[in-house]
Amino acid sequence: MIAFAVFFIFSLLFYLVLTAGSGNIVFWAPEELFFGVLFAAITALLAKRLFQAMGIKPTARMLSPKRWLIFLVYAAGPFFYAMILANIDVACRVITGKIKPGIVKISPGMKTDFSTTMLANSITLTPGTLSVDVDKKGNLYIHWIFVKDKQPSVADICGSFPKWVRRIAE
Amino acid sequence: MMEIVVYALLAIGLFFQAMGAIALHRFPDVYTRMHGTTKCTTLGSIFMCSGVVVYGAVLAFSGEAQYAILSVHSLVAALFLLLTNPAGAHAIARAAHRSGVMPKLAVVDRLQEAKKDDF
Repeated sequence: MIAFAVFFIFSLLFYLVLTAGSGNIVFWAPEELFFGVLFAAITALLAKRLFQAMGIKPTARMLSPKRWLIFLVYAAGPFFYAMILANIDVACRVITGKIKPGIVKISPGMKTDFSTTMLANSITLTPGTLSVDVDKKGNLYIHWIFVKDKQPSVADICGSFPKWVRRIAE
Repeated sequence: MMEIVVYALLAIGLFFQAMGAIALHRFPDVYTRMHGTTKCTTLGSIFMCSGVVVYGAVLAFSGEAQYAILSVHSLVAALFLLLTNPAGAHAIARAAHRSGVMPKLAVVDRLQEAKKDDF
């Protein structure tokens, strides 16, 4: 029931954001509101069944506003900075053609699937690294475009990211 | 003034998109190409979207309220690009390695070693 409510609220909010400005009831036309509720209910029902079939248990962990605040600080600060560096890095490598690729393994030791996903996504968008695969123990296999060390530590690949991701998602 | 900011944002976005396209052409194999395409297209699209956001916001504040919706939609588009692009890149890279495409010029391939001793 909680899963259904969360999915319903988020899908409805998303629909309302996309259709804002269509009419006179605050910002929305009556038919948009009607179909918004209808489609949000259908989406929530499908998503709930999908999550049940995959055996994912809903948690209330991400509902705390403190985590969202840290997430925003992380996204606007260290993450965005690393992304700009990553692009300049790729641009340099495109021009000079200086590459030494390889796939390395790191063990960040994240506790949940969600935090592993978030770390892998962050790694993909930061300088020189691209996550290729993950095994059952949560080890990440990273394609590194310029291998400096065949046995890198977690900090070599992703700097302070695990610390941030732990604070946000665990 | 607004035009200069919008043009600057579009130009930066275009520069990164172009770098992504050149990377796709120049790098030797699928993994290195994914580097270029994910990083550059994500940041390039974000800069282009923020150009539209600025354009819509300035018009909205100068009295044409219907343009605010343009800003909101671009912001949502940028957010979802940021969330879905790395996931897509990961899916492509993983599928490539599973179907036996080995990284060219690789000095080390831990994933292949892990697969050999029963992944």
